[in-house]
Amino acid sequence: MTIVKQELKRGRLAFLIWTGAIGFMLAVCVFLYLEMKGEMEEISDTFSSMGSFTAAFGMDKLNFGTLLGYYAIECGNVLGLGGAMFAALTAAGMLCKEEKEKTAEFLLTHPVSRRRIITEKLCGLLFQVVALNLVIYLLVIGSMTAIGEDIPWKELNLLHLAYFLLQVELSGICFGISAFLRKGSIGIGLGIAGIMYLLNIIANIAESVDFLKNITPFGYCDGAAIVTDGTLDGGKIAVGMVFCIIGIAAAYGNYEKKDIQ
Amino acid sequence: MQAIVTRDLTKFYGKARGITNLNLSVEEGECFGFIGPNGAGKSTTIRTLLGLIKKTSGEAKVLGRDIEKEKTAILQEVGYLPAEAVFYSGMKVRDIIKLSADLRKKDCSAEARVLCDRLQLDVTRKVEELSFGNRKKVAIVCALQSNPSLLILDEPTGGLDPLMQKEFFDIVRERNEKGTTVFLSSHILSEVQQNCGRAAIIREGEVIACDSVEALAKTNAKRISVSGSFDLTGLTGIKDLKTGEQTASFLYNGDMSALLKRLAEGNVQDLGVSEPNLEEIFLHFYEKGGKQA
Repeated sequence: MTIVKQELKRGRLAFLIWTGAIGFMLAVCVFLYLEMKGEMEEISDTFSSMGSFTAAFGMDKLNFGTLLGYYAIECGNVLGLGGAMFAALTAAGMLCKEEKEKTAEFLLTHPVSRRRIITEKLCGLLFQVVALNLVIYLLVIGSMTAIGEDIPWKELNLLHLAYFLLQVELSGICFGISAFLRKGSIGIGLGIAGIMYLLNIIANIAESVDFLKNITPFGYCDGAAIVTDGTLDGGKIAVGMVFCIIGIAAAYGNYEKKDIQ
Repeated sequence: MQAIVTRDLTKFYGKARGITNLNLSVEEGECFGFIGPNGAGKSTTIRTLLGLIKKTSGEAKVLGRDIEKEKTAILQEVGYLPAEAVFYSGMKVRDIIKLSADLRKKDCSAEARVLCDRLQLDVTRKVEELSFGNRKKVAIVCALQSNPSLLILDEPTGGLDPLMQKEFFDIVRERNEKGTTVFLSSHILSEVQQNCGRAAIIREGEVIACDSVEALAKTNAKRISVSGSFDLTGLTGIKDLKTGEQTASFLYNGDMSALLKRLAEGNVQDLGVSEPNLEEIFLHFYEKGGKQA
């Protein structure tokens, strides 16, 4: 647990900033709903008639005039992208930062196996992802309660579960990539999160590339589909978890035999 | 038992040479010097022994254990002092020392306090505020606080002032007297000469000589200092010649009678003959292949 604790200490500031920023923006969105409630019908009409842009963000299937429809779209943009960036950035730097910051020699000349280092760093990463999602979930519940709206528990839970799984998948993939890097993890982390998000938008716009939804974890986080179906797409999630496991396995496979500089 | 033994240990970084067919044997309880210029392969050897990098071929055992199969068990008994100590930024010295002990699953607080006192290390400061020398002190405490069986020291005195260097070697000597094996890698030959019983010389990835420090330092060469008017032109065996106004100092391993005859032809006012130190011998006489030129 020593390395888990160390990782949590090292990542404390970034965790607080990301959690605070995402939580604050989501809470603001929820409070804005109260202000905009009266004008929602007009806004919903506007948003549902913007062609490809409407489809790209799933606004053709959701009623923007309800708290659920409004939140599913806002949640998709704020928690989806923000959470993905946090998970990808944190995971991509998790193993390689020891070499980048030249602390690898200190850590690896102590009696800890590389397997233990990988396992504890992975635990530290997943702990941060879980904690971020829990804090944000509680903030959203609190915000919805504060504005006096009925909370759509089932859909809300499914949405947050989907985004949690998205972050877990990206964490696994980027953790694996981290084992191959020596420096420059920020660009790769942000790049992967951004590309996955864009793939989903492209798949929403063009039906011919709908298969992209099976590749990007944003495919099973489609708020419109979750709200409409009342369930998550198990097939897409299974594919995503396979990617996640491959990433983690790659981390173990490479880092255990890697020459440390 | 041998604390360190390597057989044809080889490490290549791609096509680049690290170490080739390195054979070393360090007995338990001895203080062993590992001498070589920068880039000779000293750090590669140490990093391979500690499992930071994988060997290309050959075998190595530390404290009787295979360096790849039993790496964690080896590290439990090894204290390593790196040439350049880098720690996690934002942490205080006492937290780094505690982290190092926690990673060893040992309570080393009493020993750490003693070492910090002797090295005059302020444990309340943050590591990024420390000078190179003070970071080195933190690394020394981390390496020594668990009372390891084997100390691997890589360029240990870099950044330490002379008083601290003395204190450091006093501590190392005390540990060695209590049975700790010391493997001292350095390009400062006087450190090795003063503290080690045996030493190996490494050059271009190969051990070119391994013997007692006295034997390594033993050479026919002498340091000659002479003043007056004389002509050394044509004499063979002169190295490291330094000339001043009517003075000259050089290492000489040629025919002594030829030198004396030549000096007698001139007008010598003063003549000094002394044994060269290990540093002079290493720099000017050891060549690849282990021969003394």
